[in-house]
This record gives sequence, structure tokens and C-alpha cells, in this order.
Amino acid sequence: MGQKLIVGISDWKIGRGDDVLVTYALGSCIGTCLYDRTTGISGLSHIMLPDSTAIIDGHTTRMKFADTALPDMLEKMKAMGAMQGAIKAKIAGGAIMFQTSNSKFNIGQRNIEAVKAALQKLRIPIIAEDTGLNYGRTMTFWAENGAVEISSTVMGKKMI
Amino acid sequence: MSIGKYEDLNEMQIDVLREVGNIGSGNATTALSSMVGKMIDIQVPKVEVLDFNAAIEAVGGPEKVIAGILIRINGDIDGMIMFLFEQNLISLIVQTFFGSAPQDIFSLNEAELSALNEMGNIMAGSYVNAISQLAGMTIDVEVPVMTIDMLGAIMSVPAIEMGEMGDKLLFIDNNMVIDQTCIDSKMLLLPTIDSLDNLLGKLGVA
Repeated sequence: MGQKLIVGISDWKIGRGDDVLVTYALGSCIGTCLYDRTTGISGLSHIMLPDSTAIIDGHTTRMKFADTALPDMLEKMKAMGAMQGAIKAKIAGGAIMFQTSNSKFNIGQRNIEAVKAALQKLRIPIIAEDTGLNYGRTMTFWAENGAVEISSTVMGKKMI
Repeated sequence: MSIGKYEDLNEMQIDVLREVGNIGSGNATTALSSMVGKMIDIQVPKVEVLDFNAAIEAVGGPEKVIAGILIRINGDIDGMIMFLFEQNLISLIVQTFFGSAPQDIFSLNEAELSALNEMGNIMAGSYVNAISQLAGMTIDVEVPVMTIDMLGAIMSVPAIEMGEMGDKLLFIDNNMVIDQTCIDSKMLLLPTIDSLDNLLGKLGVA
């Protein structure tokens, strides 16, 4: 029996076989599913912020930032036997939850760009995404086949 | 002493923050009561310092659907006030202004949404006025913004803006009570770490 692995905010987890990975209510945060179809090794990350480099003191988790969480998760997947060349990504989130005229608060868009940049640096192609707009998303990821479901209160459920 | 992270607060400072929440939310609730013509009370506020996931659990769980009204505040306190309104409170407010309650939280029309937003505006103004009188502070209130969505997605906004330097959120949490029933609608005050020193200093417990 596979496990249901709940990925919190500023967290990532790795599953395989018939594990199901879930992260709830992504707002401006981004969920990134990495799936290796050859081994079924699957990682789901939930980042909050684009960039760790401005954070000077060390008492915050690397799992919070796009530029640190994604390389760390990929490293762990490879250590478990995942094949770099077979890994593909699906991403969701990066919404603007509250519309304001002040663009300083559009962290969602900055998160989308940062996740894309981090994946490009890791040479992982993005094969599907559901990003931006103005609503929250829950992401469910089946390790057995790489399927990803996005559910939201306004748009219902869809597969990406 | 300078507060570098929310966990550094001592018991006395937590007590003072609880009292700030008490006074602010008491005033905001009075404003709400007089608008809807119904007796509304608040429970004794809780001061919570929790990591992001626990904070979302504490206010209802990530997938609970709720109306969030966010008001940024700045000046002697920087941060946010967040109102989390459940269906029953929304119905009460809409009924007061328009004579009939909405079918559900998703069927609100533009006029109803803006009435709720205005309610948030009035309540935030009352909340902040009470605190600024208490401590002789100047606090500006920005225009409220509102969304109806999953609680986790709504709370990710303060988590992102307040939580950049650490992994925890501080919030002063007030539950509202109508006719002796806790209605699970909440007012949260979320100060930034940087403005806590100033607030606690003005209140004599820095």
C-alpha cells in the first residue's frame, strides 16, 4: 500500500511506487512535481519565496526558497536512484491572492519565474503548468504514473 | 532588548500583545455590532507564534473555504489585519445591508462584495484607532482587499510577507461570538518583527 505524503509549506517530500503526494492550498507559493518515469521516484516541493540569497541569517529552512529547495530535492532523488535525464517537471501556483495596485506584492509572478529559472539551471523540462491568475490550488501527484491533479474552489478539478 | 524573531518574546510581552488584541478587536466588534444591530462578543484573544503549517491549522485548516479581507497597516506598527469571515457572518452582514442573505459564499454580487469590504474597512479603522490611542502611535490603514478561497492560500500571503526572515508567524487571534455561539469568524493582527520593538517600546515592555 502506498502512503499519502502531505507536503507542507516550505517542505518537500519524495515518494515512489503507489505513493500519493499532496500539497494543499497553494496561493502565491509554487508546487513543483519532479517525476522520473524510469524509476517512479517522485518529488513534490512547496516553496514560498523565490530567492534565498537576500536572507542573511541562517535560521530559516532551505525548503522555503526556489533556488535552494529544487536542487536539494533533485539531489535527494538522484541519491535514491533517479535518472537525471528522465526527470520532467509539472508546476502549479503563483497566484495573486489579493489584487492590489502595488506590484511589490506580486510575489506569485516572481515565484513562477524563480522556479522556472531553477529548473532550467537543473536542466529539467517543464511539461505542464497551471500558474498565475487569482485563486488557490491543491496539487495531488501520483508517483505510479506522474499524473497531477489541480483542484481549486472556483475552477473545480483538472489534470495537468 | 531587540526582538530578532517571534520566538524571542517573553511572557510579559505576550500578555501585552494579548491586551492590544483585546482592545483593538473589542473596538472593531463594537463597530460591527452597531452596523448589524446584533450583540457580537469576542473571546479572549490568543497570541500565537506558530510555524506556517501550524498557523493555518490553528485558524481552520488549509482547504477550508472562507472570505479573507486583508488590510495592510503601516506607521508605528507595520503588518496586516486579516479578517476571516465565515458564511454565517457574511450572511448576517449582507442581510443587514440588502435585506436578503446570499445563497452561498460564491454567489455574492459586486455590491455585496463591496459592502463586506467596507465592513472590513470600518472594522480595521476601529481596531487601529483603539491601539493608536492606547500607545500614542500613528498607524495608517490601507484600502482593504478581499478574496474568497481556501484558507491556506489566503494565509500564504501573510506567511510570505511576514515570514521572510524566519519560519514562524505571530498573530493575535480573536474569535467572534454571536448569541453565545462561537461563529468561527476571526480577526488577526499580524505585526512584522521589525515593528514589534517599536510597539512594545511604546507600551513600556521592550
